[in-house]
Amino acid sequence: MAEATIPVKHKVGLHARPAALFVQTAAKFSSRIKVKNLTANGNFVDAKSIIMVLTLGVMKDHQVVIQTEGADAQAALEALQALIENNFGEA
Amino acid sequence: MSDQILRGIPASDGIAIGSVFCYVPDELSIPVCAAGTIVEEMARFDKARERARLELQSLYEAIKKRAGKEEASIFEAHQEMLFDPTLESKIREFVEIGQTVEHALVNATAELANLLAGMPDELFAGRALDVKDVGHRVLRILLGLPDTALSAVTEPSIIVAEDLTPSDTASLDPKLTLGFATAQGGLTSHSAILARTLGIPAIVGMGAGLLEQVSSNTSMILDGRTGELILEPDDETSARYKQIKAQRESHLQILKAVAEKQACTANGRHVEVAANVGEAASARSAMEYGAEGIGLLRTEFLYLEDTQPPSEEKQYRIYREIFEVMAGRPVIVRTLDIGGDKPPSYLPFPDEMNPFLGWRAIRISLDEPELFKTQLRAILRAAVGHQARIMFPMISDLDELRRARAILETVKRNLELDSVEFAANVPVGIMVETPAAAVLVDVLAEASDFFSLGTNDLTQYTMAVDRGNAKVSGLFQPLHPAVLRLIWQTIEAGHAKGKWVGMCGELAGMTKAIPILLGFGLDEFSMNPRAIPEAKHLIGKLTDEQTRSIAGQVMSLGTSADIENYMKDILVAL
Repeated sequence: MAEATIPVKHKVGLHARPAALFVQTAAKFSSRIKVKNLTANGNFVDAKSIIMVLTLGVMKDHQVVIQTEGADAQAALEALQALIENNFGEA
Repeated sequence: MSDQILRGIPASDGIAIGSVFCYVPDELSIPVCAAGTIVEEMARFDKARERARLELQSLYEAIKKRAGKEEASIFEAHQEMLFDPTLESKIREFVEIGQTVEHALVNATAELANLLAGMPDELFAGRALDVKDVGHRVLRILLGLPDTALSAVTEPSIIVAEDLTPSDTASLDPKLTLGFATAQGGLTSHSAILARTLGIPAIVGMGAGLLEQVSSNTSMILDGRTGELILEPDDETSARYKQIKAQRESHLQILKAVAEKQACTANGRHVEVAANVGEAASARSAMEYGAEGIGLLRTEFLYLEDTQPPSEEKQYRIYREIFEVMAGRPVIVRTLDIGGDKPPSYLPFPDEMNPFLGWRAIRISLDEPELFKTQLRAILRAAVGHQARIMFPMISDLDELRRARAILETVKRNLELDSVEFAANVPVGIMVETPAAAVLVDVLAEASDFFSLGTNDLTQYTMAVDRGNAKVSGLFQPLHPAVLRLIWQTIEAGHAKGKWVGMCGELAGMTKAIPILLGFGLDEFSMNPRAIPEAKHLIGKLTDEQTRSIAGQVMSLGTSADIENYMKDILVAL
């Protein structure tokens, strides 16, 4: 299992396009991927579910925890981490 | 009798006067029947889901055509929700306890929508409506019913509804929709955004009970400016609003008619009126205001909002988006123009006594070639198939310009070596904003395809005045004879070398300056998008003969005050 805690810098948080990109990226991997909003102290949800990711209410500067488990766990974690760190390819 | 007025959140400007259509979406009733096997029920879900995907895909295409990609993107989001694994597993759970897939779907979507609806932030809570909308679509398909939504509206009407889902809004016929008012919703609701894009007056958030106070086929006035709904207005009120509406529309018509036309002087000479733009969103508004191009695309916003410089890909994507919005019209991209007054964290800024006379703009780009090359690569790649131009800021002599162009050539060679597609023949020009550049235009013309006057900096450097310093800011006079002489010389020298000369400073959009600049022979006026309709209107009223005489007169005046007064009289007389 791999885990990372990352701040989300995007101005809309995990909503709209960033949320969609996050879920699409997670869906590319076979590993089980869970994500939670550390700042809001919520529960882990399925990172491949757009609806559940939206229920986390991740806003700008919130910290998220990502946990991956499975054959491509490390690659999945790195991909999601890179996506958030590169601010979803934008500002 | 006083009119009954209801109030909500004004969501889209404009006035609608007409009869009401109360929209109550059909409650889909699920016939009672026994559930099939789990496999059978889930197979029906899969089939309905596929149909829903096709519907959403064609809605996406239709809205993209009608209102643009951004407005349509909601239906991409709906497709993602449709295939959400949590939604599917919830449905399966209900099916496994013996429910038909219809009931399972209703229960699963209600459960997930409730999770979202309870969220404190409006943006997130608003997504509950999307989940319900998706669920409703699949259920409708399962029941074998057609996609009707608002198709019952056959006469031009003001739509009143509890709320409008994206699917509802997509089925609105803009020709039959005079306006709409909803009990729910906020300024960021999809319906509110779409209303603004399509120019339909709208009020949202009118509160529960709206539908009980309003009946179909009664008359109503909807004022999208104030958020007021006037129920069954008396004749006097109706007449008053009709007049306001007519005035508003005729003013918009005039500006729109002007904005749509090319800017021509009264004797038919075309001058280009373009927009100054600092982000992708304002390129869209520039088009609405009738920009014939972008005369200044500021790129600083890309550099100042992060702790690291923007990647080539990010820049490429944003430039490309702006070029696409402008649809073949010329876009002048100004390379990085920042300085010590507003330093990004990742550049090693020295302590400077005078940041405006210090390390800034092209001076930084020449010292930080990697940063510069990344930007040039992104511009050249994005320019493929578009009318892009590159402009260097704060050039003060030929040596700087040659060095900047040499770096540009290196970038082109590298792109070639990397076999990356790029536009090889992008015109390259400079900003004329230092007095040094203004007096050297004939020399700089050797390496510059065009010139664009930046009047704020040119005024500041010519008058040696910091306009932020209240003690001396009175000297910041863009209509000062000294500044006007430099502008005139720049245009003359540029034309003598066969180069066009534009202006992207504030002065280009000022009505008191436009006649003078026309008289000087300025080829392009680039300004704040909102100033465009007025500027085009003014240009159309003046002949070249008139403006030449105005310019000649102005050049004979000795002080800014004299020039300002003279221009005031000219504008009054027009």
